[in-house]
Amino acid sequence: MKVSLVRWMVIVGAVGLLEILCRLGVIPNFTVIPPSAMAQSLWKILASGKFSHDIAATLVNVGIAIVSAMIAGVALGTALHGWPAARRTLDPLFATYYAVPMYAFYPLLIVIFGLGDFPQVAIGFLLAVMAVIINTLNGLDRVPAVLLKTARVHGLGFIQEAFHIRLPYAAPYVFTGFKLAVAYSFIGVIGAEFITSSRGIGYEISFAYNNFDNPVMYAMILFILLLVITVNMSLHAWEKRLLSRRRRA
Amino acid sequence: MKWRDPLILVFLIFVLWEALYLLVGDVALRSPATTVHNLGNLLNDPRFLPHINETAIAFAQGFAIAVVVGLLIGVPLGAARFAGEVAEPILVAIYSIPKVTLYPVILLVFGIGMPAKVAFGAIHGIVPISIFAMNAVRNINPTHLRTARAMRMSWLALTLKILIPAALPEIVSGIRVGFSLALIGTLLGEMFGSQRGLGHLLMQAMSLHNIERILALTLLLVVFAAGVNALLLALDRRLHARA
Repeated sequence: MKVSLVRWMVIVGAVGLLEILCRLGVIPNFTVIPPSAMAQSLWKILASGKFSHDIAATLVNVGIAIVSAMIAGVALGTALHGWPAARRTLDPLFATYYAVPMYAFYPLLIVIFGLGDFPQVAIGFLLAVMAVIINTLNGLDRVPAVLLKTARVHGLGFIQEAFHIRLPYAAPYVFTGFKLAVAYSFIGVIGAEFITSSRGIGYEISFAYNNFDNPVMYAMILFILLLVITVNMSLHAWEKRLLSRRRRA
Repeated sequence: MKWRDPLILVFLIFVLWEALYLLVGDVALRSPATTVHNLGNLLNDPRFLPHINETAIAFAQGFAIAVVVGLLIGVPLGAARFAGEVAEPILVAIYSIPKVTLYPVILLVFGIGMPAKVAFGAIHGIVPISIFAMNAVRNINPTHLRTARAMRMSWLALTLKILIPAALPEIVSGIRVGFSLALIGTLLGEMFGSQRGLGHLLMQAMSLHNIERILALTLLLVVFAAGVNALLLALDRRLHARA
């Protein structure tokens, strides 16, 4: 309780300090505008519906990336768990995957797929899917042998066993993968929108930057930060509840 | 035996790449052999070396700042339990935001050029390094510390014999993650706010639809990132095995 109180005080203090420094002119307004001005501008933009299309476009792309990464990640993770030889061969790939700068592939994806939404979704998907695969494998590794023996006694096939025993048991670990997938999808899609795209929140921010339109730029930056932090914090709280229920059972 | 799996994997990737090339043709892709050849030409081109240099310098500075600042944040937060509990969710929240979003702010503060790239690389690397360092210090076995006190170890001996060996494996893991992210950050910084460096060349090649150039640069970056990561991973595993 005390910890979260102090944490809020730190956050409020930091925002307050930024506000004061901006108002006093220590930080010039063409560099950073005061947080209250960002919030005001964001409120105006949201109320006017000016960027509703961009916000919707970004959210749809992020959503597609998340859902496809979840499905593909669990499917690939389950398949690889049943095929140890392939898993061993791919292990170096798992270990180096996140070391590779994924955005380096973006120009290539643009050249192959053109300037639509697909390259952005692909970057989000590629970043997200590996987190799901790795965490699915991690969860499946922990299924107790006794449960699998029970499955064999009941004569369950691979698919049945996966859906009735392995995946439910691995659920909390898979959830950790989903949580990372959400964060990575946002990072991938919005990052790609910044590099090149024709719409989306990232595009609007870089457009506002190029036009020295600080109120719009900071409003949309604030929007992304609030959105991503809220989504991640809610998932984090949900995950904690899931894990504590598992421990009690 | 140890080298077999990575070699099979690299071979498989090249086979898939070649197959994809045969499928889509010259419009969108080049074959692996051509790309390796193009990369060789690029590396021999005297006009290309300044760009590699630029990226290397920016990345080295950004990564060094990330390590120093990350440790300066993480180690004290690990030692002071209360401050660590206050800060951890904030650090995790910062870790999960798309830091690309902050690039206009960085450019407004630092201007276009070297400092912005360094700063962009550094902010990508700082957070993971500090989270890992915090957990490393926090998880030092208290029994070891009590034993040291019972033995009246000097402060220096305590640091050298207990604190560093206990915390080092996790810190190296953090540095490995920070390395990759700082590289991504530096490249992103170059893509947006720079007239030089590999990131800038990638953007330029993209707008000119120069597929050879894109593939050669991507291959170079992937080989570099994967190579260094493999070395750090080996060090990481050795340290964790010993602990």
